[in-house]
Amino acid sequence: MDTMAAIKQTFFQECEEQLTELEAGLLQLDDGNHDSEVVNAVFRAVHSIKGGAGAFNLTALVQFAHVFESAMDRVRVGKLHPSPDVLRVMLRAADVLADFVRAAREDDVVPAERSAGIVLELKALAEGQGVAPAGAAPAPAPVAEAEAELEFIPIAIDLSSFDDLLAPPSGPAGFRIGFKPHPALYANGNEAVILIREVGRLGTLRVTCDTDEAPGLDGLDPEGAYLFWTLELETDKSEADVRSIFDFAEYDCVLSFEPLAAPAALPDLPVVETELEFHAIPVEFVALPDEPVAVAPPAIEAPLAPSPAAPRAAVEPPHAEAAAAGAKREVAAAAAPTIRVDLERVDRLINLVGELVINQAMLAVRVTEAGLARVSAVAVGLDELEQLTREIQDSVMAIRAQPVRSVFQRMPRLVREVAAQTGKTVRLVTEGEGTEVDKTVIERLSDPLTHMIRNAIDHGLEKPEKRLAAGKPEEGLVKLVALHRSGRIVIEVSDDGGGINRERVRQIAVDKGLISPDAKLTDDEIDNLIFLPGFSTAAVVSDISGRGVGMDVVKRSIQALGGRIAISSRPGEGSTFTMSLPLTLAVLDGMVVTVADQTLVIPLTAIVETLLPRSTTVHNYGEGTRLIGVRNGFIPLIDVGEMLQFRPGVDDPKTGIALLVETEGGARNALLVDAIQGQRQVVIKSLETNYGHVPGIAAATILGDGRVALILDVDAVVSASRDDAAAQSFALAG
Amino acid sequence: MSKTILTVDDSRTMRDMLRLALSAAGYSVIQAEDGVHGLEVLADSDPDVIITDINMPRMDGFGFISGVRQGGRHRAVPILVLSTESDIEKKQRARSAGATGWIVKPFDPVKLVDAVRRVSA
Repeated sequence: MDTMAAIKQTFFQECEEQLTELEAGLLQLDDGNHDSEVVNAVFRAVHSIKGGAGAFNLTALVQFAHVFESAMDRVRVGKLHPSPDVLRVMLRAADVLADFVRAAREDDVVPAERSAGIVLELKALAEGQGVAPAGAAPAPAPVAEAEAELEFIPIAIDLSSFDDLLAPPSGPAGFRIGFKPHPALYANGNEAVILIREVGRLGTLRVTCDTDEAPGLDGLDPEGAYLFWTLELETDKSEADVRSIFDFAEYDCVLSFEPLAAPAALPDLPVVETELEFHAIPVEFVALPDEPVAVAPPAIEAPLAPSPAAPRAAVEPPHAEAAAAGAKREVAAAAAPTIRVDLERVDRLINLVGELVINQAMLAVRVTEAGLARVSAVAVGLDELEQLTREIQDSVMAIRAQPVRSVFQRMPRLVREVAAQTGKTVRLVTEGEGTEVDKTVIERLSDPLTHMIRNAIDHGLEKPEKRLAAGKPEEGLVKLVALHRSGRIVIEVSDDGGGINRERVRQIAVDKGLISPDAKLTDDEIDNLIFLPGFSTAAVVSDISGRGVGMDVVKRSIQALGGRIAISSRPGEGSTFTMSLPLTLAVLDGMVVTVADQTLVIPLTAIVETLLPRSTTVHNYGEGTRLIGVRNGFIPLIDVGEMLQFRPGVDDPKTGIALLVETEGGARNALLVDAIQGQRQVVIKSLETNYGHVPGIAAATILGDGRVALILDVDAVVSASRDDAAAQSFALAG
Repeated sequence: MSKTILTVDDSRTMRDMLRLALSAAGYSVIQAEDGVHGLEVLADSDPDVIITDINMPRMDGFGFISGVRQGGRHRAVPILVLSTESDIEKKQRARSAGATGWIVKPFDPVKLVDAVRRVSA
């Protein structure tokens, strides 16, 4: 059924949220925050997963969640202290629970050896045995046995067959039921009339109402219960079936059963009960009901008896209600309402806004072409339109923006697992989880981040004994930081390990023929060797960092997002990988320039300032290399037209304009272009998806006049220029 | 006019399932996400039956039921408790808080509708 499939999908989404909350809660407990709200949230997360899983008959998931819940319940009721040992078990249980959820979603099974140990540990906790000392875990019992005991799903047993056996063989089958409700029955929302009606559904019913106890109107308590009934039911149903109708009501009434065949007699009721002792509701409701009560005829066939609990009008002081309403508003304000929207709709909206931006640019061009004055009403209106378009665009982008938290939250588990596999103790510190970035970027961030964190622990951090020998704390530190920097998001993964072993890296690169043995490389260049395809520092491809993925893949996936990755490392102090990504993959503020009659767009975020080259500031330095003097220093002047092979290098740079740009690494260069057309917001159209990767070009866009313009990849152009114009120019700078 | 049911459950999955089962049976369904929200929703609506979960953030099912029973115009509305727990102690507690009936999760849509019919006039 489609609806059920949709609900199941919702369930799995919700599971992900609950798992996240579970882990966050456990980590809070681990930090010493033993607030009962935190404990409850953790318990509820497991409980909800169990409840939903039950609805879809995901038995394995239900069973594991149940064991987990039982252990968590002891923490909740204060019988189990959430000590670090206990929390370690809980955190591992949370990981296994995530595995069960995933298995359920993919119609897979969780291998018994993955869950058997943790099930036993949880059971030990649930039974108050505490945490088994590490390594002395009880011999894993056969899983089937362990789990067989966990079966909890109530099984309905049809007792009617037994009742049949016990039923007297003669007389009309049925019961004479004495039914005397207490006031509490009405206070709990039950209705005698409805209960009687339900009994009537089971067969032929004759109802006799006893009004003897009903007082006169002056003595009547509207909340009281004065009527009782004798129900004569002819039915082939069992007593249990009939009783089940009264389920909850049975506690709040006197109920007697006897076979119909027996001589008719009024049920043996304890009659002398005063109403007052049953009052569940304070006696402030003294107003008499308008309707007459308890004057039902002695025998009724249909459910007509008016209920003694009829008055339902509120008699509350108005000011109390107002105060309550005020309090409610406060609560409502605290939880801002949210809606869930299909991503496809948002994407369509973004595409439309992209088209709107192009269209608006086109209009602007037409207005200029038509020779309308800048102050004309059309031009002014167009300016306003541009403002609005930009605001719409920002708002739409904000819809897609999400905090990186969702990716960061997956990392603690990864760190725990990798730490366990490598025998290292690791502390993960995350900062800037609230930093927002486009959802697409977030989604594609997970794999590279995972790989980099694995790397940091596996290759970056030293073994504990080596750390102690180096005078460092035994516990290694891995830091994950996100921040916004000049229109991009920067994510850093750093460790306080041994740093990159440059000698070894170099040796490996030479051995693998990636560089020639006599190549002269700076430290920085050696560090960057690890990004080369085919480079893997681990002598044996380990289970952890291996998986056939090298840093070159990480670099490529970051580049595919329009991002860059850089590394900095200090021997003995650790390494830092810095990724810089665009906030959105949809639009860009760019400077539109002309190079060799081609129109190019240069991302505005990269441009620091523009300069007019003069004969006094431009110097030739070696073959084909120019430097331009900027205030106190010299920086390389890169001829964009030449780099992109639009034309040979210009002889006289003074005919063009230099754009001072800054790369991710912070290096400054000047790009020589022929002319500046203006600044514009452009919609990014991927070249990779529509054509293919072009070195030095990040993407393409459509301009206002309908022509396609290429967007320059500043960093790629700069690093390509560095290949021939060597690093010596830096020596002159500053 | 169809009867209105208020369901109070923090799980989106459960809310969806309840809505599906109850709408299919011809009830109009209004929903709340926890006890506090439930009381807020009640302030502006008049459900014929309330179905509530027990374990919820902010205000649990017991608190919610007591709130309804102490409140004004809704104090006589039948309340069914929907919970994974089925032990006597919990049932007893729900009953003393003022619950009208009890449905064990995972529920079967037929039984759910049956239970609703049983408590509604």
